[in-house]
Amino acid sequence: MVQYATARLDASFAALSDATRRGVLEQLGRADASITDLAEKFHMTLTGMKKHVGVLEQAGLVATEKVGRVRTCKLGLGGLEEEAAWIEWYRQIWDARFDALDKVVEELKQKEKVDGRK
Amino acid sequence: MGESRDDRTKIERQSERELVVTRIFNGPTRIVFEAWTRPDLFMRWWAPKSMGEPLFSCEMDVRTGGSYRLEFGHDASKTWAFYGKYIEVIPNSRLVWTNEEGDDGAVTTVTFEEKGDQTLLVLRELYPSKEALDDAFIGMEGTMPEQFEQLDELLVTLGASVGRS
Repeated sequence: MVQYATARLDASFAALSDATRRGVLEQLGRADASITDLAEKFHMTLTGMKKHVGVLEQAGLVATEKVGRVRTCKLGLGGLEEEAAWIEWYRQIWDARFDALDKVVEELKQKEKVDGRK
Repeated sequence: MGESRDDRTKIERQSERELVVTRIFNGPTRIVFEAWTRPDLFMRWWAPKSMGEPLFSCEMDVRTGGSYRLEFGHDASKTWAFYGKYIEVIPNSRLVWTNEEGDDGAVTTVTFEEKGDQTLLVLRELYPSKEALDDAFIGMEGTMPEQFEQLDELLVTLGASVGRS
């Protein structure tokens, strides 16, 4: 979990280390936009903007959807919170199980001790 | 002293289709293994109260090629089952079983490693695909009503915050 989360955070931070990409996120925070819109707004080539969006998408910060010939970009959640929530739930299930198993193990140990004395 | 309670059960998503659970138990491997392989003992911990659905019945033929069947529910008329086969059984050391309710079942490997008078337990769930793992989480919804209601709320909140429908 920690390892996985760390890798995701690394990707997020790398994505956020660039001023243009931070600007893109800010822009998408206001409204969804196509890559063409974004390229125009940031005075970049389409190819350049595609690269930036790709990095943001890799980090899960942006989600894109292609409708017809237009690829629309919007904010993604990083998947991190959702993923972390699932994992935490899974952990709680096993934790509850294993707490119950602890009791069984303790009881068997006591029983062994008593049987050993006989 | 010692680790905080929350640190005792560790979860790691090792890949897109594998989850690993680790925990140390205060007892020798033979005792921990016994608790995993005797139905009367297994039933006492596999479905703790906080999980909602109790284990209604449990059949286990713990040997290589043997079957198991776990039925959850409050009464005989409304149960749902988990079943599969043990594909590897090494007493006090290793258990591997399949899950056969659907095509997307995981293969679970549990290892018991002696650490002084304690046991390091490692459980791995390997799913056939990332989608199967994701679906398994969704499938758990039925077993843990309260917790998943909370999770649903959380997901709705998260979804709303990014404007998802």
